[in-house]
This record gives sequence, C-alpha cells and structure tokens, in this order.
Amino acid sequence: MSTPQPSWRQVGRHAVFPEASHDEIARFDFLTRLNLHLSQNVLPGVKKAWETRVKPAFEAEHGRAPADRHEVRRAMQADLHYQLWSALRRNTMEMRQQAGRSLVFRQLEQLRANADALNEHAPTLQLDPAIEQPRYQRAVDIHCMPGSYHGETVARDIAPGANYDAGLFVTTAGALGRYSDGGGQAVVDWLHRHRPGWRPQRILDIGCTIGHNALPLAQAFPEAEVVAVDTAAPVLRYGHARARSLGVANIVFRQADGEALPFDDGGFDLVTTAMFWHETSNRAMPRIMAEVHRVLAPGGLTLHLEQPQYAGMDPFEAFMRDWDTYNNNEPFWTRMHEADLDALLRGAGFPAGSYFETTMQAKVDRALFPAPTGQGAASDAGGGRAQEDYGRSPVWTAFGAQKPQREETPA
Amino acid sequence: MSNAHASPALPEPGELDPVAMANRRAKGKRPQFLDDPAVERAMSIAMAVAGELSVARERIDTLERLLVAKGVIAADDIERYEPTPEVQAARNEWGRAYIARVLRMIDQDVQAMQADPEPALEQIADDLGRTDAAARG
Repeated sequence: MSTPQPSWRQVGRHAVFPEASHDEIARFDFLTRLNLHLSQNVLPGVKKAWETRVKPAFEAEHGRAPADRHEVRRAMQADLHYQLWSALRRNTMEMRQQAGRSLVFRQLEQLRANADALNEHAPTLQLDPAIEQPRYQRAVDIHCMPGSYHGETVARDIAPGANYDAGLFVTTAGALGRYSDGGGQAVVDWLHRHRPGWRPQRILDIGCTIGHNALPLAQAFPEAEVVAVDTAAPVLRYGHARARSLGVANIVFRQADGEALPFDDGGFDLVTTAMFWHETSNRAMPRIMAEVHRVLAPGGLTLHLEQPQYAGMDPFEAFMRDWDTYNNNEPFWTRMHEADLDALLRGAGFPAGSYFETTMQAKVDRALFPAPTGQGAASDAGGGRAQEDYGRSPVWTAFGAQKPQREETPA
Repeated sequence: MSNAHASPALPEPGELDPVAMANRRAKGKRPQFLDDPAVERAMSIAMAVAGELSVARERIDTLERLLVAKGVIAADDIERYEPTPEVQAARNEWGRAYIARVLRMIDQDVQAMQADPEPALEQIADDLGRTDAAARG
C-alpha cells in the first residue's frame, strides 16, 4: 500500500511565499518521494544490517554488546548499506537546499518588495542590529542551510526565511501541515486539554525563526500578546511579513538573544520553544533557562518541544537519532540529548518536582491527508505514517515546568 | 529600535546570480560516507540527474493530460499508438545511441580490455620528450 503523499502544490501560501513553476514543484515532489522512499524502503535495511551483520561482528570481536551510541556509530560507519543510506539522505538535504534557494533567489526582488510592504514602519517588527549571533549559530550552517538563519546576502534580506518555509514541507513530507505549524498546533491542543479555560495574556516564544510554531498560539489566544524572539534578522523579517499576510496581528517579532532577554521579570504567562535547544550549546542552555524562569510570571508555565533524551535508550536507536549531529550540521544535537533537563530546570530556579515530560503528536492536516476510511485505516497520527523514522516523524517529547504562584523561601 | 536599519553594504537582489546562489555550500565540513570520494561524487550527480528526469517525466505527463483535456488526443491514444516500422526503426536507432552515451565508460573499458596492453601516458610523454642526445647517451 502506498503512503499518502501530499504535493507541494498544496503547501500553505501567503504574500511572501515564493511562487513555483511546474518544474520547481515537480522537483520538490521528487524530493518528498525520495525522502519517503528512504525512510520506508532503505532505512529498514539499516536496522537489518545492524542486527544481522554489524552487531554480531562487534560482539564476536569484543565479547560484549556495544556500550553506547558512539560504539554503534563507529561500527556502522564501515557498513555499505548504512553508507549508502547516509549518502542518499545527505544528498536529499543538499538537493532540498539547492531547490529552495534556486526558487527564492530568482524572485528575491519581488519577495523582498512584498515583505517590505508588510514590514515597513510596523511597530510589531523590532530589529536590533546590536544583537550578535551566538557562537553556536555561527559554527556551522545549521541543518546544511547555506547561510543558516542569519546570513544576509542583500539589504533587508528575507531569503533564509523564504527558503526555510518552502523546504519545511519537503523534508517533513507535509506531516507538519500546510503551514508546517504542527508543533505549535500540538502545543495548543495540549493546553486546551490540560489547561481548559486557561487564557495566557502574554506569551513568549524563543528561537522562533519564521514564527511557524508561534502563530498557532497567537491564533488560539487572540486576546493575548505573543512575542516571538530570535537572534537572526532575516527570519524575523520574513516571519513578521508572513504573520501579517496570514492575518495574525497579535504577535511581535523581536530580535533578541535568549541568553539575555530584553524583558522585565515576571512578564509572561507562557514561555515556549519548539525544536530549539538542540541548536544551542551546553553553556547557553542554563543561561537561557534562567532567563525563561526570570521572565515567567508567578504561576506561569514553560513548555518545550524536543526529541526524546538518550538516557535509558537502546544504543542503536540513540545512534540513529544522533545522525543529524554528524551528518546534517546539528553539532549540539548529540550533547543536548544527554542533558539532565530536570536538573536544568532546577538550576534555573524551578522547584524540585516541578519538571514534567510528555509526548506530543502533530494533529493531522486533513486538507493534506483525507480522513482514512474502512477497516485497517491508517492511524490519525503523522499523516498516516507508522514507520519508525528516528526523529523525523511529527512526534515530540515536550518538557516543562510551572513556576510557583509564590516564591518559596528555603527553610 | 526600528525595523528599517540599513544593512551594511549588501548587494541588491538583481546583482546576485541565482544559479551561483542556489549552489552555495553550507558552512561545515561535509562528511564522506562511501569509501571512495569519487563514488561519493558520482552518486550525488546521479541523484541530481534522477531528480531532473523525474521533473521531465512530470512535464510530459502534464503535456499529455492537457492534450487530452483540450481534445487534441484521446486518453488512450498514447497507449494504443502503434509505431510504423519506420518509426520503430528510428526509435531503435535513437535508443542505441542513447544507451551508448550513458554507458560510454563501460563500453570503453571493454574496448581497452580487447586492445593490446597500453603504456601509461607518462611513459609516452617521456618517450616523445626524449632528445637525440639523451637517446645516444
């Protein structure tokens, strides 16, 4: 049975979204198909290679099972099937960047004019040229995105945002929805179910990039003010124009560093991040979390979408989840997933016992994946995809804590 | 704070070459997966060509469907099409040349195996570069 695969034709559009020709759409659709083929047909062979030849050879040589993901990696790097799958996967990442950039740069003049019209003199776009890019953003171009989020090639650049927006749909095969906002939708859904009736007044999203996960919060709480911050100006310009074009007005895009937030203490009821921490560093994490604690109001909630931590995880699964660290320019991914998040929150000032962790799943966009019918219909999750994809499926581990109503004074 | 601050001395979009911009590499050392770096590159090229073939195939599909929709041909005209012997011969000839182009490298390996062993070009270069004085010496 073939997997439902939405066409890039169905992607959600707005005033700063790039126009695509027949062949450009066909190019994206080829890459989506290739990604699906790799995860469904080639990837299972990687596990098979591990179980049937690499692991037995390791055990024969060492007289024991591999102790951790690093031993699995060193053993697997010599396996031809793993090499081929990795090389193909790396190529899909690079080809997706090439396709997105060729789309954006041929029409950059028009896209920038569209963004300018929405951004000019808008008090809700607040750029600060004094903000420096942290080392963890400068070291490599994150997930093989040339120039990363912050690289500017023209004045008032928005190209990194447009390229990122156009390609998200391809790398996720539409599983995050037409507007790639499945993460934000999942948070909203969780809040509605676990905090029914709660109306946060001020919401902060850190590391927002193009605001795709902050927008669902602004839409779900129209009376709230959402502040979305990032260190990179191009994605903020793009995100602001994107939000305006989509009719979302209760959101401010502000250039700021999560390690030193330009906000007063206790001003936010909800502080969120989505797939953010793995793109920072071990030095930055405690500083950012301390800022999260500081700007949270008493009784406020903080909630973070990430992939699961490695502690207690089977070394092979951890190795597979670690792939992006070494092969897709996500250098902090590996160490971030070793971090003790409970300790991180306690270190930031949250009381012991306040840490919680849960699993969230993207709500299926029925515009892309029509409701399954009949017996044995695919599940409601992940665009009907049940295949293990080691972190590419729209499933997250969410962690967070609530700040006590009143600071407890130690006895 | 405003959103209109000038970026320092950046070009206008029209001054950029979109082809060069699309091909810019991401900062960060590229991992090598396959044992042979040449094979690694050949795979990247093959995957790009596979992508472009898929794009061309989709364009042909669009063309066929438009022709049907506009009543120029019927939906089963292509499947029911029977080439005349002349057309078939022309296609065979095109197909022969096409396969030869694609598999040129393998063809030439076979030719080399069938020929007498050949000296390396360095050796011929040395031979041709030798002067009478050196030959006499």
